[in-house]
Amino acid sequence: MMLSVKIASVAAFLAIVFIAVPVLIAASGRTDLYYTLTSVALLSIASAGVWFTFYIGRINIGQGAYALMGGYVSAILVMNHGWSFWPTLPVAGLFCAAASVLIGLPILRLRGVYFAMVTLTLTEVARLLALALPITNGAKGIVSIPLPGALSVFGLTIIPDFATLQNSRLAFYLLAVTLMVVCFAVMYRLVHSRIGKLCQSLQQNEELASSIGVNIAYLRVIAYAVSSFFGGVAGAIFAAISQSIYPSSFTVTDSVNFMLNCFLGGLGYVFGPMLGTLVLYFGWDLLFQTGQFQLLIYSGLMIVLMLVLPNGLLSLALPSRKS
Amino acid sequence: MADMLEVSGLTKRFGGLVAVNNVSFSVREKEILSVIGPNGAGKSTLFKLISSFLRPTSGEVRLKGERISNLAPHIAARKGVVRTFQETTIFKNMSVRDNVIIAHHLRSRANLFGFFLGTGTAKADEAAFGQSADEILALLGLASLAGETAHNLPHGHLRALGIAIGLATNPSILLLDEPFAGMNHDETMRMVAMVRRLRDLGLTILLVEHDMPAVMKISDRIVVLNFGQKIAEGTPSEIQANEKVIEAYLGSEDEAIGL
Repeated sequence: MMLSVKIASVAAFLAIVFIAVPVLIAASGRTDLYYTLTSVALLSIASAGVWFTFYIGRINIGQGAYALMGGYVSAILVMNHGWSFWPTLPVAGLFCAAASVLIGLPILRLRGVYFAMVTLTLTEVARLLALALPITNGAKGIVSIPLPGALSVFGLTIIPDFATLQNSRLAFYLLAVTLMVVCFAVMYRLVHSRIGKLCQSLQQNEELASSIGVNIAYLRVIAYAVSSFFGGVAGAIFAAISQSIYPSSFTVTDSVNFMLNCFLGGLGYVFGPMLGTLVLYFGWDLLFQTGQFQLLIYSGLMIVLMLVLPNGLLSLALPSRKS
Repeated sequence: MADMLEVSGLTKRFGGLVAVNNVSFSVREKEILSVIGPNGAGKSTLFKLISSFLRPTSGEVRLKGERISNLAPHIAARKGVVRTFQETTIFKNMSVRDNVIIAHHLRSRANLFGFFLGTGTAKADEAAFGQSADEILALLGLASLAGETAHNLPHGHLRALGIAIGLATNPSILLLDEPFAGMNHDETMRMVAMVRRLRDLGLTILLVEHDMPAVMKISDRIVVLNFGQKIAEGTPSEIQANEKVIEAYLGSEDEAIGL
């Protein structure tokens, strides 16, 4: 793509999410859409993490575990230790990244379906841990988490106290979308720098990669940590929006959905998970009217889509653009 | 000439099976040394031991006097022992040029964070790698295919790409695993000429190969393995006259050892 086309499409995208959407919602009065779109933005951040593990050739069905972990870390720091919400956001991400390094060191040696199976159980392990640990308050979860307070730097208020806002939904929407934009900008940069090439070399042939001197163990742990960081950040904001976190806040279904978002959008495209999340989230809601057939139709459509469009929805719009 | 690589008393057991048994030899600087032997003689195991893809049961491998056995493969590569693969192992979904560029990884001075931020060092690295990749592709006759996706290449070119990837790491010694396997006569002769040219450019090459006529043509010296043991070492003409070698290949056509 030409540079000017790139800049124009980025500008158009920013204009849509930051200006057009709030204006349209205000005009139509459908403020409930804020919550939906905020969820899409956050889920797409978690999905972007999953996408990055796909990029090193690993099928990750365990992102729910890190989202849950991030949510609890933020909630516990706010409730038990009196932290403001804002610093807990990066801390939750870093905590998840650190945990994923410890978990990843042994399990990233596995490939293919074996890695997928282990990660699938991670979410369940996280849920059971949340039920069992004293600090997470068991099945009752952590509730009545206060809304994010004001964020000031050198006495200058950058973000006002959410509780004093008339429209905290808009505030959360803007927060989630901003983070989504940052997240995808980081991903884009990662993939289009040499790091992306190195990750591709892992995806395509780990033996050859190590024979040309790539430290594959180090690189895949780093990639997994980045992935889990995104999961943790997304989880932390979810806890703040719903002002609560339970062991069942993120389940195996969520982990599977994060993966499906990537498949649907396209594994070869950085912005695949964003589109995938949007389509999947709204698709599921639209099918609600079909009642008991919802899951059947949904699953059938997913299978057909994977057969017809193995490279995802974005492969329709963008011609195949390899490496 | 000085020894580049020194293999001493190398042994590898898999359970009760001794795949490589007390093998010693050395590779001199700027020579082509071939390891040959009948099927199951332990050539591939020896190859993996030298490139640190396997750990020896006993014995050691030294590169310019420095012990390199028992290291991780990427560390061995960093020290200068780089292998190509028996299968046509390449990065299939990258362009030919990207395959070679990525193989310059060892030479990069910027770290991962530098690449992410796009620092001056990282940019200089990228430019240098691109230029070097173009030179290597031209050397191996792949320049016209630089933009092609690697998995579309015909067999002979894939092998050349494998060698290009090896060259890009700037190795002290390049290990070629059956570079002529599956090639017809013309392709083999072209590959022989190419490998000799690399040697003339100052590279030390160790290769494991089945194709006897090609080995006889290409090698400065030959090491013969049978049942995991070294049974002979010498120049191609010495090997062709060696009783033990003829015995080991008995039952196969005389033609097989180039007689």
